[in-house]
Amino acid sequence: MTLSHYLVLAAILFTIGAVGVLVRRNAIVVFMCVELMLNSVNLTLVTFARATGTVDGQIMAFFVMVVAAAEVVVGLAIIMSIYRTRRSASVDDANLLKY
Amino acid sequence: MIEAPDLSLAGLSPLLFLFGAACVGVLIEAFAPRDTRHPAQVAVALVGTVGGFVSTLLLAGTREVTAAGALAVDGAGLFLQATIAGLGALSILLFAERGLDPARSSFVASAAVPAGSVRDRELLTSSRVQTEVYPLATFAIGGMMLFVAANDLLVMFVALEVLSLPLYLISGLARRRRLLSQEAALKYFLLGAFASGFFLYGLALVYGAVGSVRLSDIQEAVTDEGGGTLLVLGLALLLVGLMFKASVAPFHSWTPDVYQGAPTPVTAFMGACTKVAAFGAILRLLYVGFGTDEWTWRPLIYGIAIVSMVVGAVLGLTQTDLKRMLAYSSIAHAGFLLTGVIGFDATGDSPGLSATLFYLLAYGLTTLGAFAVLTMVRDGDGEATHLSQWAGLARRSPVLAAVMTLFLLALAGIPLTSGFTGKFAVFRAAIDDGAWPLAVVALLTSAIAAFFYLRVVVLMYFSEPAGSSAAGGSLEGPTVGVPGLPTTIVLAVTAAATLVLGVLPGSVLDLAGQAARFVG
Repeated sequence: MTLSHYLVLAAILFTIGAVGVLVRRNAIVVFMCVELMLNSVNLTLVTFARATGTVDGQIMAFFVMVVAAAEVVVGLAIIMSIYRTRRSASVDDANLLKY
Repeated sequence: MIEAPDLSLAGLSPLLFLFGAACVGVLIEAFAPRDTRHPAQVAVALVGTVGGFVSTLLLAGTREVTAAGALAVDGAGLFLQATIAGLGALSILLFAERGLDPARSSFVASAAVPAGSVRDRELLTSSRVQTEVYPLATFAIGGMMLFVAANDLLVMFVALEVLSLPLYLISGLARRRRLLSQEAALKYFLLGAFASGFFLYGLALVYGAVGSVRLSDIQEAVTDEGGGTLLVLGLALLLVGLMFKASVAPFHSWTPDVYQGAPTPVTAFMGACTKVAAFGAILRLLYVGFGTDEWTWRPLIYGIAIVSMVVGAVLGLTQTDLKRMLAYSSIAHAGFLLTGVIGFDATGDSPGLSATLFYLLAYGLTTLGAFAVLTMVRDGDGEATHLSQWAGLARRSPVLAAVMTLFLLALAGIPLTSGFTGKFAVFRAAIDDGAWPLAVVALLTSAIAAFFYLRVVVLMYFSEPAGSSAAGGSLEGPTVGVPGLPTTIVLAVTAAATLVLGVLPGSVLDLAGQAARFVG
């Protein structure tokens, strides 16, 4: 296992997350895919920290985790408020705004 | 033993004002009785933004890098911070307007009550307001000011989230048409989180290539080794994240929906301040971090500018809702701004930088004013934003129509308004730099965009009023609300600035020229 394996794994996870955001329909699942993208970035950061011999990347991974936690709070609040009215968290149902 | 980093408190004072005010706002929310909260929150938010504005003016001329290299205090950064704080203070005034809506505010009484429930209908006419919008907006303004001063990609990312998260929330807090507002918040949130994922992956790749995320280290690495694959890929991903915030096509898909669904004062805030902040970060990233690698990003920006101008201008033509139309106008203007970004000169003064700074100031003031006018034209269900409802408005309210005409002419770029001066400056910067084909496209799309601005003017002055017998009389015409003091101040300031920056732009252009320096 070289470091590049981890980088490739992170890239694959990032791609799965990005594709998931585009194809999934439930807001919660879309949001989970975004979190998957953020976590793949964490893996990349830690791997690069190891590769370059600096600790900056590990510290940055902590920052990303904190920001991701804040994002969960805001995101779930918004999804909850829309769910309580519509009884659905599907992004296809949220279709009032268009041309 | 870890040594504390050097902190220049003077250089940080604009940010301290904003974040301090936001924290005080949170405490007021927790401890003050409900009926005293609204005036207290407005006062605290205004003190924070005006204090931030004044302290940036006092700092003028400072050039330093502080907080262990994480923050840059320089001319361009301070100019942008002053712009954001000033526009932010005006937005807070728009938020505070309580005279226009019979329900006494644009913001929901209690966001936790499900839309359309019995309790929600009871609360519609109560004077209660979700006063959390003020600390949230103050945090967002603070995040924007941090965003344009960030000299480090990690700080830039944290600032991006500090400005975005409160914006997601306040765009979902409209009092009327709450479903639309919540839907706007959901779309903004999901797409915004998606885009910040890209920004973050770009950050990680740049870190891998350089071993540091400080802009000066990136510049060194780029100068020494040229742009490697990893670095170029990282830059592209960073730009995706930033351009999303700046609502540049093809990353604009959220803009029309969110602009339309969010409460109009929030739309005004987003349209003006977020644009300034995002372009500030784009300028700093490209000019400081990747300035010596300009031939990598130049074609990219060139292409995106054309796409954004064309998409904004052409799709703007087909809109029937004024808020949506102004959203497409903001996409077109993002393209014009990128035309200025192209005017970069690695060797000395960049004409593009000063032109873009001026354009951002002029555009922010005009947009804020235009949305302030939108809050005043109302029907029974809140704001009347459909184009047909604006027919013949000049007869109902000549002053309002005249002010709106001024803003629309400025957005179209007609001489003697600030829009013309700004467009002239960015197009000249692009031509000076040899990018004349881009300037030609920009002129053509300006002409297309002028059509949909002028259509509104024609509609206001030369059409039969909606609701009159000649127009069929089936549609109830909108009423023009009498604005309270806050909205009046906003309209007076923005209209005066739009005129002055068009007729006598010299001193402000000089100021932007002097400010146009980044510390490396």
